Amino acid sequence: MTAHALPISAATKAEGAARQARPDMLTLAIENMRCGGCLKSVERAALSVPGVTSARANLAAKRVSVAFEEGRANELDVIEALKRAGFSAAPMHAAKQDAERAREKYLLRRVAVAGFAAMNIMLLSVSVWAGSGGDMDASLAALFRWLSALIALPTVVYAGQPFFASALQALRGRRLNMDVPISLAILLATAMSLYQTVRGNEQVYFDAAVTLLFFLLIGRFLDESLRVRARGEAQNLLSLQSGIATIIEADGSQRRMPAHALAPGDCLLVAAGERVAADGVILAGSGEVDQSLITGETEPASASPGQQIYAGTLNLGNALKIEVTAADSATLLAEIGGLMLAAEQGKARYRRLADRAAQIYAPAVHGLGAATFLGWLLLGAPWQTALTYAIAVLIITCPCALALAVPAVQIAAASRLFRRGIVVKAPDGLERVAETDIVVFDKTGTLTLGRPQLLDEEAIPDEALAAAAGLAAASRHPYAQGIVAAAGKRQKTMVAADGVEETPGRGLARAGAHGEERLGSAEWCEVKASSGGSEVWYRRSGQAPVRFRFADMLRTDAAEVVGALKRRGYPLALLSGDRKSAVETVAAAVGIETWLGELRPAEKIDWLAECARAGRKVLMIGDGLNDAPALAAAHASVSPASAADISQRTADFVFQGQRLAPVLEILSTAKRARAIALQNFGVAFCYNIVAVPFAMAGYVTPLIAAIVMSTSSILVTVNAARLAGGGRS
Amino acid sequence: MTALAWLVPAALLLGGIGLLAFLWALRSGQFEDLEGAAYRALEDEPADDPARRDEPQ
Repeated sequence: MTAHALPISAATKAEGAARQARPDMLTLAIENMRCGGCLKSVERAALSVPGVTSARANLAAKRVSVAFEEGRANELDVIEALKRAGFSAAPMHAAKQDAERAREKYLLRRVAVAGFAAMNIMLLSVSVWAGSGGDMDASLAALFRWLSALIALPTVVYAGQPFFASALQALRGRRLNMDVPISLAILLATAMSLYQTVRGNEQVYFDAAVTLLFFLLIGRFLDESLRVRARGEAQNLLSLQSGIATIIEADGSQRRMPAHALAPGDCLLVAAGERVAADGVILAGSGEVDQSLITGETEPASASPGQQIYAGTLNLGNALKIEVTAADSATLLAEIGGLMLAAEQGKARYRRLADRAAQIYAPAVHGLGAATFLGWLLLGAPWQTALTYAIAVLIITCPCALALAVPAVQIAAASRLFRRGIVVKAPDGLERVAETDIVVFDKTGTLTLGRPQLLDEEAIPDEALAAAAGLAAASRHPYAQGIVAAAGKRQKTMVAADGVEETPGRGLARAGAHGEERLGSAEWCEVKASSGGSEVWYRRSGQAPVRFRFADMLRTDAAEVVGALKRRGYPLALLSGDRKSAVETVAAAVGIETWLGELRPAEKIDWLAECARAGRKVLMIGDGLNDAPALAAAHASVSPASAADISQRTADFVFQGQRLAPVLEILSTAKRARAIALQNFGVAFCYNIVAVPFAMAGYVTPLIAAIVMSTSSILVTVNAARLAGGGRS
Repeated sequence: MTALAWLVPAALLLGGIGLLAFLWALRSGQFEDLEGAAYRALEDEPADDPARRDEPQ
């Protein structure tokens, strides 16, 4: 969670430097690869590019690794080839991901070794215990114990490393974490068992020590693989969003390149209808831009040379020439970066459920172990016996079930959400979202779709709509595309008109057989602007002009989701950077009573801080650059996949698609996950209540300890698996 | 009892082979894409072979 607190400028500079290194291996994120057929098509498409030597797609990670000969192919060729095959792809930096996967593999290797050792030692010790008192001779039992020792010692040294390392780190920092009693139990049990084996006694705990290690490692591995998967999905989303930019070289030639490889000083060409790929200053061109992703303002703003412009801005008018600047010179971004840094620090103080449990549990375990040892010594038992009983207590209390309780539930909850198009980005996000008791929405792009749609469609005559769409088909302006979409809904065929001329920022014109047709601003069509809102006029000479009004439409299920949240008893609020009148309209439409408009990012944070002071835990749902600090400051946060990349990087959850319903799914899954995690703690606790007194009294043999421990672990895992049920929505 | 003299080592050896096979599979990247592997098994075409690459697809 600390990575995104970095100043934005640092990331930008690092990416700029990466451009110099020309790799011959390339990893691409593929957005819509979902089945075995896609897998093959992706590989085939990549291989069809001359110069590509191999392509291997990964369905689970939604990525493809491509190797190509330097100079014969480049990443853009591969991306274009995939695009022709119907896949949207984006390059990504694989180095960081590899380090995380390496940690996952490091744990998996240890799970395998511990598993092998646990099974074999269990086999040997079951024979010993089954044979004891029967016809098994003492020398054979001793031989079996030596064999167990032979397997257990290297296993403990190898597979115990993750725990020993973490325990050492905690002790150096003068803290106790759960790994301290775990390491202590494993080391003491192994050492004691070795001592008893040498002396030929029966109290040998190799099986318990290694089984403990095995189950604990499974828990660690699940935890880590959830983290890796969550981060991988998040990186895919970000890479796919950044897209491709057109840069103008010093000699005037144009070149397309991935947006992540842009560096300060590059000169960008942003065509009408394109999103600006990086922060910069306008060098040439003027017109209107849509900054709704940055400020939440839905009305287009004007842009002129010398003005600062931010990544994510949609160019509505003329092609703009932009010089990319380092992010830290931008005032809005600098402000947002500063606010985020402060907000992130607050969140770092959150303690996860398992850690809080460990905080109480670890001292209790140590205390019980010590009490058992001292108690038996005082009762006059030899120190070996006292120590053996103390170890039994440590092993019994060492919570396999506790270590599995949370990770098993979280991985089940996360895969349930993954299947429904929701990415869990922060592993502790599920816990935090379950605690929230107030939901705060942003307006533009969150409750609404964030792109203009035609209003009062039915009122427009067929003929006018068809004619306007004929003109509009020639333009990439979002309003023109809205008209084309509306016409497409009404009738199946649409004729794109020939000879349409576009005057960027003003409108379209065409000289036809029946006189001139115009589509554009009121001024362009020579009519009086009526409301000054978002509107476009269509005029054919000699006929009355037709008005097309546009507004940012609500997500189809926005009101429904708001209603459902109210029924569940959440207070709701709407915080927006947009004009008050626009915010009020949306608030009324979805039924949110508390709303505030024209808020600056800092004011949003102040509002959230006010909530926090009142003891409320806020779930913030937002998408804009201006929401990013608020997302960081909130107790938990959700953003749609269409959000600005800094918001996606900050949010705990990212959901895909046009609907808002995933918010409900996140809340209910998180609540169920917490309930199941608590049940699991209950199971672990009950088991301890029953087993600890027996262990302290010295009645628990190593075999019983190992069996009871495994049973509770399996119980906890099966309980967690209940959550993973249910298919794709 | 003498049977144990070879049964126990045999059991450990077989288990050990299983463990080594798993570690080898892990190292050679067979667990990289568990979802994709399920589909690749159903693929009729021969596995990707560098020698066949330049043939028309």
